Amino acid sequence: MSSRIPLPYSPKVLELFRNPRNLGPLEDADVVEMAGSPACGDMIKLYLKIAHMEDGDYIEKASFESYGCAANIATASIMTELIIGKRLEDAWRISWKDVSNELGGLPPIKYHCSILAVGALKRGIRSYYRRLGIQPGWLPKDLTIEEKQVIEEEKLMERYYRSMASLDANQG
Amino acid sequence: MSGRVRELLRFHGNPPKEVYYDIENSGFVPKEVIDVMLPYFNSIGYGHPAITHKPGWEALEAIYEAKEALARTIGNVDPEEIIFTHSGTESNNLAILGYALRNRARRGKIVVSSIEHLSVVFPAQHASELLGFKAVLVPVDDNGLIDPEVFKAYVDRETVLVSIQLVNHEIGTIQRLRELVDIAKDVNPDIVFHTDAADAYGWVQVDVKKLNVDMMTISSHKIHGPRGVGALYVRSGIELESPLKGQLSVERLWPGVENIPLIAGFKKAVEITFNGFDSRIDYVRRLRDKLIKGITSTVPHTLVNGPLNEYRVANNANISFLFVEGEALTIELSLNGIYVSSGSACSSRVLEPSHVLLAIGRKHEEAHGSILFKLTRYHKEEDVDYTLEVLPKAVERLRAVSPWKP
Repeated sequence: MSSRIPLPYSPKVLELFRNPRNLGPLEDADVVEMAGSPACGDMIKLYLKIAHMEDGDYIEKASFESYGCAANIATASIMTELIIGKRLEDAWRISWKDVSNELGGLPPIKYHCSILAVGALKRGIRSYYRRLGIQPGWLPKDLTIEEKQVIEEEKLMERYYRSMASLDANQG
Repeated sequence: MSGRVRELLRFHGNPPKEVYYDIENSGFVPKEVIDVMLPYFNSIGYGHPAITHKPGWEALEAIYEAKEALARTIGNVDPEEIIFTHSGTESNNLAILGYALRNRARRGKIVVSSIEHLSVVFPAQHASELLGFKAVLVPVDDNGLIDPEVFKAYVDRETVLVSIQLVNHEIGTIQRLRELVDIAKDVNPDIVFHTDAADAYGWVQVDVKKLNVDMMTISSHKIHGPRGVGALYVRSGIELESPLKGQLSVERLWPGVENIPLIAGFKKAVEITFNGFDSRIDYVRRLRDKLIKGITSTVPHTLVNGPLNEYRVANNANISFLFVEGEALTIELSLNGIYVSSGSACSSRVLEPSHVLLAIGRKHEEAHGSILFKLTRYHKEEDVDYTLEVLPKAVERLRAVSPWKP
């Protein structure tokens, strides 16, 4: 197999892999967002139910589905726990590092799992406001590091398959 | 460092039943092999085999006995043509880089298949980057077989070294090796042909004369010998220069003190392997067929990787579970006492899935869900039954979690 790397997962990762919290689709979700792809080897689908309050928009409910490694499932699970009850403005400030820390740290090769989960969240918040036609002051116009990384990962696979297809076409 | 792993293991716990299938990466050593090894740590042959004292000569005797045992199993070659290294990886490195170093003035083309073990692919690329050789990868078909006509197009007058596995380590393809050797030697009889037989040894006939190969790699831990010892057959007359430098001892091509307990254990594993060769293979093949049939008939959306005919070695089952990621499945199975590995990117250093699976035309997402099982004479029918009981549930749980649906 490919070159291997040791993965000393924290018990928290294994615990959430076994018993994920907030798993499964939300029927009444206001936001449904995907990040990653099967070809990348990890993909998450995030569901958010938003409640409008006087002092901002709150995440009333959050849930997820995940295709990926144990770290991917665990990061998505812990992130939903972190964001439920938070204003979107505060949820936006959560970084991939915060999510990783919450799990007792991820092996560096698994940082991208946390980046994917947070990338999906930021993508979801952005599309929520885009749909409403609102641009809150706290929401930056430029993409965050997590959003950029997710796009990068998704594009990598697209590029790979495009180049394979053109090879096939040339051979055919 | 260790504290973290200790916590992980405490959380994992000891499953009530355990079945180990990950012979590809390493395996347990049976008691009869350990019993042979133990005296060499403290009561016999613990000396250096090239020093003139009794514990040294005892060590030398153990090395020669092991070489003779190995030599008999690969076509009664001269035991002097067997070199002990410390792993299959080292044997492959010695074959490829050893040849390239010795012939660096000559240069030329090194031809390897695209599904070779990385310990062949990387040294070939290294020789090409550092020593001026040209490494080329021969493609394989979707069963992992090299088309002789395609091979002909890759081997030319420039070619100096070819390395093609006899049996693939991941998908179990038995290569039509003799045919490929003939093609190469037809182009130029001076082409040196190496085969990595680590996964063939003990499963198919490996007579170097019948195969007409010049070098062959064998690894101890793939036959339930101890890890940390491998062998390279080098036909007399083939000259190599060791990529490893240091004090030479018995092995003129591999410096460092020979590890006698491991070599003695390797010899014992060889004897066990060749005792009742055919009946063992029939037994393992029956269990393997039961496993593959059981999985593909109870779990939907699976793909068997590698050939499903006489070109598949008896011990190999490699199956992709679509809509599931392989690393997650290895952990889910481990928690249930079933130990396997995956060709998924998530368990690899570079986040690329198995190059073997990509080479046979599997898509990334198909490779990510692959699980490798290797069966042995130590598996029992009830182990397979237990696997067939646990596996569908494990796959089902992870599919239920996944947003990627059929």
